[in-house]
Amino acid sequence: MRNVYLDNAATTALAPAVLEQMLPYLTEVYGNPSSVHAYGRRAKQGIDLAREQVAAALGCETGEVIFTGCGTESDNTALLGVAERYKSKGRHIITTNVEHHAVLHTCAYLEKQGYEVTYLPVDAEGLITPEQVRSAIRSDTILVSVMFANNEVGTIMPIPEIAAVCHEKDVLFHTDAVQAVGHVPVRVREMGIDLLSLSAHKFHGPKGVGALYCRKGLRLPPHSMGGAQEQGRRAGTENTAGIVGLGAAIELACSHIEQNSAKMIELRDRLMRGIETIPEVKLNGHPTKRLPNNVNYSIKYIEGESILLMLDLNGVAASSGSACTSGSLDPSHVLLAMGLPHEIAHGSVRLTLSDDTTQEDIDYTLDVLRATADRLRNMSPIYPGK
Amino acid sequence: MYTEKVLDHFSHPRNMGEVQGANGVGMVGNAKCGDIMQMFIKVNDDGIIEDVGFKTFGCGAAIATSSMATEMIKGKSVDEALALSNAAVVEALEGLPPQKIHCSVLAEEAVRAAVEDYQKNKTGAGA
Repeated sequence: MRNVYLDNAATTALAPAVLEQMLPYLTEVYGNPSSVHAYGRRAKQGIDLAREQVAAALGCETGEVIFTGCGTESDNTALLGVAERYKSKGRHIITTNVEHHAVLHTCAYLEKQGYEVTYLPVDAEGLITPEQVRSAIRSDTILVSVMFANNEVGTIMPIPEIAAVCHEKDVLFHTDAVQAVGHVPVRVREMGIDLLSLSAHKFHGPKGVGALYCRKGLRLPPHSMGGAQEQGRRAGTENTAGIVGLGAAIELACSHIEQNSAKMIELRDRLMRGIETIPEVKLNGHPTKRLPNNVNYSIKYIEGESILLMLDLNGVAASSGSACTSGSLDPSHVLLAMGLPHEIAHGSVRLTLSDDTTQEDIDYTLDVLRATADRLRNMSPIYPGK
Repeated sequence: MYTEKVLDHFSHPRNMGEVQGANGVGMVGNAKCGDIMQMFIKVNDDGIIEDVGFKTFGCGAAIATSSMATEMIKGKSVDEALALSNAAVVEALEGLPPQKIHCSVLAEEAVRAAVEDYQKNKTGAGA
């Protein structure tokens, strides 16, 4: 049996070249980066290099990069920080109804604290328009937070256009770019982004480390209080090896971004064409404005978790927006926001590629998926038959 | 998260499919919640469930509990089938994750719906 990992939106494999650069920081370079002595200075050099690598990848200055513990922490820090710092200006925040829970649950928390949040509804393909943002902005709006690309359906939002509207109205703009960085070009300065969240393990870096880009001149309250690490913006001894790994991974991913995305789009489209040959399937997300590595379909009359189990029994790792995989009773908020009926949302399957994915992997996956759809439909009392 | 037994019933479901000459059919659940179970029983003149089959739209646990429930009522009397509890199905599967217990409840309800349909048909035919 072949093993095919198509859950790269959940996490990616650590690149061997990244691991190699991290290893010294897990062994001989154990100094505390804040220490004055040579042990500390060596560790500090690793972090400085990583900060340069991130700044180069995003097109910003090193002082604008804050290392964090994960993408979620970056999102939390950005939203809670802006809310706290600008509460005298206003208490209104705008976001979308398809954000990651790291943003949505933070917004829900802020609502309980007396803030008002507008959740812009996406269209059937998962997009919002800059005009929607424009008409939602009020005099007391302090922040707009729109994800760069959706983690479930891969739809890429019109980020530069949305950022332009925000600047015109003098409102800060944050984007959760956890799924985008390393996969599509992300340039914060050119795109007018004020705050951006990213996570290393989504582009073949290690888990447990992320970063927040925070535009120069924007001072948010610190995430944690204590030492002077990250210019006083995140106290606590740095995860040196993790940060070094993030730097190495972002450099690696962004140096090949054109070739990688061209190759992945070819394989993604091969997978999509193959799935389209199964009767009664529905593409979720935008047909072209989507991440190079994201494929998401609903296979009607069958349920997502059983699709995943059957794929898994045949060596294929995937993901689903079905309620049964989330532990709740409702299917994915993203699919429902796009207007999918519950029964079709329950039958979604997400397949996310990496640059290690091969054509053989795709063809094998298609064989398994076809057999799975046949088998489960044969079992389904709601399948009208061939 | 699933026991070997659950995975076995999921990948090799017992008694899957419609039953020719079924005299009791029940369907429970709804597509909105992501689970629908249909149960077919063929009861002989002695009130024994001679044949049973199921069709299920749902997760791994929904398919496994349907399969297990059919095994547990095959060859049993309708009264024994009515006494089948979801807890017994869970036990036979060597456990289910807490959020999947409702699947076993659905299996119990599907069996009951099929038996009630049989009893209704029988009364109707006798009248």
